[in-house]
Amino acid sequence: MESTGHGHHGLTTLTTAREAGLIACTRCGQVHAGDAVKCKRCHGPLQSRDTRSLQKVWAWLIAGMIAFIPANLYPMLLTRTLLERSESTIVGGVIELLHYGNYGIAAIVFVASVVIPVGKFIAIAYLAWGVQRGHRLRQHQRHRLYDIVEFIGRWSMIDVFVVAILSALVQLNGIAAINPGVAALSFALSVVFTMLSALAFDPRLIWDADRTVS
Amino acid sequence: MHIDPATLPPLDDMIACPHCDTLHMEDDLPDGARAYCRRCGALLLTAESRAVVWLVSLASAAVVLMVAAVSFPFLDLSLQGQHNGTSVIHAILVFGSGKAIPLAIAVALFIVVLPLVRLLALLHALAPLVRGVPPTPSARVAFALTDQLRPWAMAEIFMVGVTVALVKVAGMADVTVGPAFWAFVALVLITIFNDQIMNRFAIWKALDTGTTA
Repeated sequence: MESTGHGHHGLTTLTTAREAGLIACTRCGQVHAGDAVKCKRCHGPLQSRDTRSLQKVWAWLIAGMIAFIPANLYPMLLTRTLLERSESTIVGGVIELLHYGNYGIAAIVFVASVVIPVGKFIAIAYLAWGVQRGHRLRQHQRHRLYDIVEFIGRWSMIDVFVVAILSALVQLNGIAAINPGVAALSFALSVVFTMLSALAFDPRLIWDADRTVS
Repeated sequence: MHIDPATLPPLDDMIACPHCDTLHMEDDLPDGARAYCRRCGALLLTAESRAVVWLVSLASAAVVLMVAAVSFPFLDLSLQGQHNGTSVIHAILVFGSGKAIPLAIAVALFIVVLPLVRLLALLHALAPLVRGVPPTPSARVAFALTDQLRPWAMAEIFMVGVTVALVKVAGMADVTVGPAFWAFVALVLITIFNDQIMNRFAIWKALDTGTTA
């Protein structure tokens, strides 16, 4: 091991806090002795690795997938006008937008409500499965995938806000009224559960596979 | 690999990457520089001497904008002589009067309550630093809260939702936007800018040293 001018190990090699027998705070980066349980800097809880991380990831992920089913089967919007009553599901709403030629908006809603949630289910399952199998490959790509999942998940909430705005705005006695359907709450819950699943994932687990200390 | 603890630098001189646990020396960066993790490439630390001052001034402006954004008329819908103009507060109250209560509570939390809590906690944590006073004992709890709530404050996502809703309703009625709409737009821009310049590790460092630099 090389040493620096300070006479220390100097961190010239890539060393994890865990390998050094230390424990690091993931909120503020503060490094502590291995037996610390609470961060002295930000008062957050300390865990060398969140050992129950994957259990929580799977539990929230399954809850998110279950809530996603009624979110797609039941109506998101209930529209009542003088002449008719109609209900539209998530996909039905997208088709309606396409029908009126709003392709850009249809694409936004489709991506936020279908592509992102489904992609997120697959991505989180793949990340958790990779850690369980002890995959050493493509760590950088898997870490990048984790970053994307964490960043993009909340954007699924767009359609819930659309329903909320329309329901608050379109309340004209007798002429027209829009109300939220069952799917709105199921969908919101699905997004929240999947966000909790992604937040429960400890990305340090991706990087542990090629380390000898376990 | 086995490391003799005696060969390591003092613990307070190091930081660990929150994504891959790799240890780094927490060196002083030149102004405007950014430090990335050597192993996974995550952004660790930025050095921006005016960041704290910017954060405090913009967060103060954002609180005022938030009050305007929720209380002034947001959108006004008219159809066959009937009007329905609403403020965000009014909308949440109307919306939450029936069986949509859980949804109304969730929306109120995501777009008003949590963004406001984040702003106030950030001001509580950082305002003393700008005035040159040491941070209060609760500053650390307040900043941890600001940081933890980040994914749950969804004002910017709400604005995209408003755009989609406007397009959907444009075919059936006339919609005009009120002053609160523009307050919300400004609020969202400030929030995005603030989250860009807010570096957690830099702020923890500032709270440790009690200075803005």
